[in-house]
Amino acid sequence: MIGGLLEWMVENRRTLRRIMYGVLALLVVLDILIPTGYGRFPWEGIGGFGAFYGFVSCVLIIVVSKALGYALLYRPEDYYDD
Amino acid sequence: MFEWLHPAFVLILGALIVPLLAGRMRQAYLLLLPVVSLLTIHSMSHGTFGTFQLLDMSLTLGRVDALAMVFAYVFGIMLVIGSIYALHLEEALQHVAAFVYAGSALGVVFAGDLVTLYVFWEAMAFSSVLLIWCRREPESWAAGWRYILVHAAGGVILLAGIVLYYAETGSIVFDAIENVGPAFYLILVGFMINAAVPPLHAWLSDAYPEATVTGAIFLSALTTKTAVYTLIRGYAGTEMLVWFGAVMAIYGVVYAVLANDIRRLLAYHIISQVGYMVAGVGMGTILALNGAASHAFTHILYKGLLFMGAGAVIYMTGRSKLTDLGGIYRYMPITFVLYMIGGFSISAFPLFSGFVSKTMVVEAAAADGRGIIWLMLSFASAGTFLHTGLKLPYFTFLGQDSGLRPREAPANMLIAMGLAAFLCIFIGVYPDPLYAILPAPVDYHAYTVGHVLWELQLLLFTGVGFFVLLKHVGGERKISLDTDWVYRRAAPVVIRGVVAAFRPVQTVVSGRTLLHMERFISRVFEYHGPDSILARTWPTGTTVFWVVVILMLYLLFYYL
Repeated sequence: MIGGLLEWMVENRRTLRRIMYGVLALLVVLDILIPTGYGRFPWEGIGGFGAFYGFVSCVLIIVVSKALGYALLYRPEDYYDD
Repeated sequence: MFEWLHPAFVLILGALIVPLLAGRMRQAYLLLLPVVSLLTIHSMSHGTFGTFQLLDMSLTLGRVDALAMVFAYVFGIMLVIGSIYALHLEEALQHVAAFVYAGSALGVVFAGDLVTLYVFWEAMAFSSVLLIWCRREPESWAAGWRYILVHAAGGVILLAGIVLYYAETGSIVFDAIENVGPAFYLILVGFMINAAVPPLHAWLSDAYPEATVTGAIFLSALTTKTAVYTLIRGYAGTEMLVWFGAVMAIYGVVYAVLANDIRRLLAYHIISQVGYMVAGVGMGTILALNGAASHAFTHILYKGLLFMGAGAVIYMTGRSKLTDLGGIYRYMPITFVLYMIGGFSISAFPLFSGFVSKTMVVEAAAADGRGIIWLMLSFASAGTFLHTGLKLPYFTFLGQDSGLRPREAPANMLIAMGLAAFLCIFIGVYPDPLYAILPAPVDYHAYTVGHVLWELQLLLFTGVGFFVLLKHVGGERKISLDTDWVYRRAAPVVIRGVVAAFRPVQTVVSGRTLLHMERFISRVFEYHGPDSILARTWPTGTTVFWVVVILMLYLLFYYL
């Protein structure tokens, strides 16, 4: 049953992706329209800041970590083997 | 019959019976004992029990209060789940080790004084290492040794702190630790090692991925969370922990990007998640401490679920690296879906358990006006979903087909994962029972429009970032250096260097010494050797002659 559902999701991934785009847009619109009720930090009043922060965080994490990896941290898998 | 039954002793003594049983009987017992211990925990009333005198010290085995009970409950629940997951194992040693380990963790949680705490603390280290060694691979053997050496060092630091603390304050009662100089910091460092606070964390990411499939479930639940408990009890409001915690949350995320082994990735996310708890302890407000305790509770369940999912994959495919896996969702669909529930929970999606606890810590930062900390913790949240919710499942279950055709995990594993998944959703949907057992009354609402919108945007747009950079986020056949490099690489090189540097000195010194020794021996030989003066056999007459000479001299001196 679960297998069938997953299979269906994979087959219809294009449609699901389009629905997801709609959800993403809707979230940002909602965040702009609905006041959150929090004003402790300046950014809490900015509609869609969560979307911006999430995307930027994700890209930063990947880029900075990979850069650290190549510049400094990555070693061959047998590095400690001798 | 008993006024008070300590669940630690139920488990530790109960564990000894496991090797005596076999087959179905043993399996029944493996299910029964954790349930009995959970009932024992549940039946305990608040108060102080099992106090006795040892030397001049008053020891308390059982200090039962709300804070202790939060941790005891979740340890008890996870032990039941973990035992179901490990039910197929025929090796008695692993079951015994897991029970003694869980019992010792409960011993720490209920310890009313630092000496009792220390004894159980050490028992945890020495029973848990067996769960690593039992994998019986050369890597596990080596990683286990490093694990136990770090914990032994941590134990010595903790003990030194306790002794100094006793000398300073005359008390070994375990409550908020007073800042009395070095003792305060020594105990703190001892606790921080077990909480895996960077740079003292490398034992965790080094050893957990090398543990047995089932052992890792217990490891992921117990050691770091008992340490979180001790920090809440002893070091609430210690400002520097706020920063340690926030840095820790991001540190684990960075290394999770670089990880290729699925359980190493999850191990780095233990460090990241414990960061939230440590930051909560540092803030020390009621909301923050409730947040730290509740996050420990939910964390144990979803992290156990994630480790069980990853363990099931390793158990069924024999592979543990993202680069060797992929496309197995068709063959292990139930494992995949259950894993994803853990992934959504750790990422703090609304309606999953992480949401009701993690947002509490983040909210505590907001209530304190700590903007930078708030941004750091939110940053780490994005990273959490990126790895445990997207990267790991995508490259393990979806992505490129690895050609693997594993069967679905065995029923006992699926049941255990199902139980954990149920609890993750239950707590997420209906957090009131969890909030009811927290150390302080909870005045917090997770499900505000602001929280839900913020969290959904943060997470879903993290997902956008993931798919944009999909080509760059997969695992690579590499390992990444961490602070364990210090004792795996640097220390041996330094010691070899020191030995090499002293070799000429040693040659000279030992050469001279040998020369002198030889001269000395030859001189001794000259007088005492077989043909030497002192070894000759002298005729009796000569002896008598010399005796007479000596006697005459004696007489002469007497008259003088």
